Amino acid sequence: MKLTVNGTPLEADVEPDMPLLWVLRDELNIKGPKYGCGIAQCGACTVHMDGEAVRSCQVAAADAEGARITTIEGLGQPDSLHAVQRAWITHQVAQCGYCQSGQIMQAAALLEVTPAPTDDEIDEAMNGNLCRCGTYPRIRAAIKTAAQLLEDS
Amino acid sequence: MGRARTIARRSFLIGSALVAGGVVFGAYVVRKPHDNPLLEGLGEGEAALTPYVRIDADGVTLITPRADKGQGAYHVQAALLAEELDVELADIRVDPGPPSPIYWNTALAGEAAEFLVPAQGMLRSTAEAALGSVMKVMGIQVTGGSSTVPDGFDKLRAAGASARETLKLAAAEMTGVEAADTTTEAGHVILPDGSKLAYADLAVTAARIEPVTDVLLRTPEQWRIIGKPMQRIDMVAKSTGTQRYGIDADIDGMVHATVLMNPAQTGPINGFDAAEARKMRGVIDIVPVTGGVGIVADNTWRAFQAAQAIEADWGAAPFPATMDEHWGALAASFDEDHRDSTKRDDGDVEAALAGADEVLEAEYRVPYAAHAPLEPINAVVRVDEDAVEVWTGTQIPRFVQANIAKITGIDADNITVHVAMMGGSFGHRLEDEVVKQATEIAMQMKGTPVKLTYSREEDMMHDFPRQIAMARLRGAVKDGQVDTLDLSIAMPSITLSQLGRQGQTAPGPDSQIVAGAWNAPHDIPNHRVRGYRAPQLAPISSWRSVGAVSNGFFYNAAFDELVHQAGADPLQERLRLSARHARAKAVLEAVAKMSDWQGVLGNGRGRGIALTESFGVPCAEVVDVSATDNGIRIEKVWVAAEVGTIVDPVNFENQVMGGVIWGLGHAMNCEITYTDGIADQDNYHVHEGMRLAQTPEIEVHGLEVGNVVRGIGEPPVPPTAPALAGAIFAATGTRLREMPFANFVDFE
Repeated sequence: MKLTVNGTPLEADVEPDMPLLWVLRDELNIKGPKYGCGIAQCGACTVHMDGEAVRSCQVAAADAEGARITTIEGLGQPDSLHAVQRAWITHQVAQCGYCQSGQIMQAAALLEVTPAPTDDEIDEAMNGNLCRCGTYPRIRAAIKTAAQLLEDS
Repeated sequence: MGRARTIARRSFLIGSALVAGGVVFGAYVVRKPHDNPLLEGLGEGEAALTPYVRIDADGVTLITPRADKGQGAYHVQAALLAEELDVELADIRVDPGPPSPIYWNTALAGEAAEFLVPAQGMLRSTAEAALGSVMKVMGIQVTGGSSTVPDGFDKLRAAGASARETLKLAAAEMTGVEAADTTTEAGHVILPDGSKLAYADLAVTAARIEPVTDVLLRTPEQWRIIGKPMQRIDMVAKSTGTQRYGIDADIDGMVHATVLMNPAQTGPINGFDAAEARKMRGVIDIVPVTGGVGIVADNTWRAFQAAQAIEADWGAAPFPATMDEHWGALAASFDEDHRDSTKRDDGDVEAALAGADEVLEAEYRVPYAAHAPLEPINAVVRVDEDAVEVWTGTQIPRFVQANIAKITGIDADNITVHVAMMGGSFGHRLEDEVVKQATEIAMQMKGTPVKLTYSREEDMMHDFPRQIAMARLRGAVKDGQVDTLDLSIAMPSITLSQLGRQGQTAPGPDSQIVAGAWNAPHDIPNHRVRGYRAPQLAPISSWRSVGAVSNGFFYNAAFDELVHQAGADPLQERLRLSARHARAKAVLEAVAKMSDWQGVLGNGRGRGIALTESFGVPCAEVVDVSATDNGIRIEKVWVAAEVGTIVDPVNFENQVMGGVIWGLGHAMNCEITYTDGIADQDNYHVHEGMRLAQTPEIEVHGLEVGNVVRGIGEPPVPPTAPALAGAIFAATGTRLREMPFANFVDFE
């Protein structure tokens, strides 16, 4: 299959039903998206496919053929942070951090569509992203800050 | 706090040693000599330098055997070191593993295992928590009865101070100035003329100087880092996908594996047919492991797929088939034959109950629950002819090493354990089955690194969950006050189950059976807490806050029933009975003020309060709920906890909020039940804890009135469930005596 990940065209020789998550992690060695549940219950594997947040554990390789994929690594790096990442760092959201790649990708997608989300809109958009450490209060606050950062820029 | 101490204390000494290109500073534990390369040149009775800081051409590195599971252990340790060493927190690197072969010896591994417990300060917790508990037994087992209890708060600061003063001496030797005329700042020694010498350039000279050990530690008034909000050192990595966890390990030549274990927990395998699985794409090999099958492939998902194609003949689990039998075993344990302890026995409970107008009786239950950290357990193991290398997120590196030695027959000194950052644990990574299985597979393909990853289903179904527990109350009130509280608690021994898997025994009473209840900071005239040891049922393990999670619920829920019977106020009655317990009273008063406690409310609104003391930390919480058309909504939670000294207020608040969410989410939503030994819950859709939409606003207040530094990872958990149950009773009149509450009431 062919796909573009974080702007780079890549190829992988995989069966059509291999989930995109495992194409990324084990075939292309892109480790930002995480495996947590495999059944779209935790959101740790969230990436953007053609601009939309998807659970990469539920996207078959065949359905990602030719797609433009953005992972946490492509959203922003330590020297070129995305507004959502900056807000996450400011609020010190992470504890173990394992879910945060997915949380940040989900939040970034939310703010693309809804630049100034209400509390209910945040609850709804983020409820599929599980955090076992319990960083939710800081996630809420960081999304508000990120929205402000994006509006100011 | 506030009393300065000299570095050299009776329990440990500070020292330094030369290593390639630099110097390390650390603590000598005074005990019998070990076979240790760092021992050379040391005096009689001094052994096992545990290095905490390395200074070399790369700068300053904190060497930490303490595991970081997300609670900020690396960060907090770095802060303690930086406080005295005068380096910027952001400039400290963290090295969780042996930095060079010279460090890798069993003595260091032993030191590492002393830190296997989840929270700083836990080892220093009350004597009762230590006696017979997992922590104490493992500690003794590791240190051979040494009187020294590791104390990171003092040791890391001492190591930093010793290093700082010795580096000043090195600068003096190299430049001819007086050491007393130099100062230190941001990783440099500053000479009188203002010129700066980097620590890195002084390291080799410093290594040859007798380390300074008679320096006073800075007082809290002098602290520039401790107690002030910090930027945690792993935030950027964890916000950009650049943090590497164990599951991300990528070792040269590595293959991907998974296991298919008997779904009946710990049951045997009688045989298997992998003919179909072997034909599947990417499958490299399928091999037996203890209790199951190992599947090796060129991709994790392919290994998962192949595992599903294996037909196996499984034996039965060695514990009761139905939950009724599990509960029945607990119910049958409330007798003298099973009595494990009577740690509280004030007044005359029997006489008081015999003379009471009415005796209130009730029974409470807490079910099994999974740890389910978001990163499934995993390990990479490579077995060579005479050496083993392992990469894994673990809290017990010494046990890992010992178990691999047992399986492979390779000497422990030739087994290198690289401890990885962990995507959560909550006690899950106090177990090392995954390492044993990876080693068994790797033994069958020597020279190849085998990365074993559990599927979420394998992880949850083969977790060693939180204890199942039951409690019974008999109590009475008098003149509008709680007069008699007699609580009996039955559970299997967590300690015995956990240590049994390590081939250890746990003699004596298991204080975890009553932890968080017997030590309730209340002076009730007739007050008894007895522990009953139920037979071992499903294997269980330490789960965030261990015994206190069930017992804090039992005690507070029982107490609240008596308060209601007495017509008293839950806060006022707790305050009255804790009058002689200054720290407990302080957290109650704090949480009352924060929440503006006006009683339990009613008419669809309700407030509950609970107080527990666990791991030496009194913690009080108020929960506020509304009964809506869609179910109970948790509006807000207020928390006050007393920990002596708060190292980083940001991390403190994060840990408390996380503990509250952990406690509430599992009390509401989670249980593991077994049918024929097989867990009925296999993934997050049926064991999800708390999600964002259910999460209330949480207000946190940390108190620093005590004179002992304590950890905060676990103490916020035990009060959550009873405070929520109290609030629901106030709002709806429904008394909850069993978790998960969602089995009895709806939540929004």
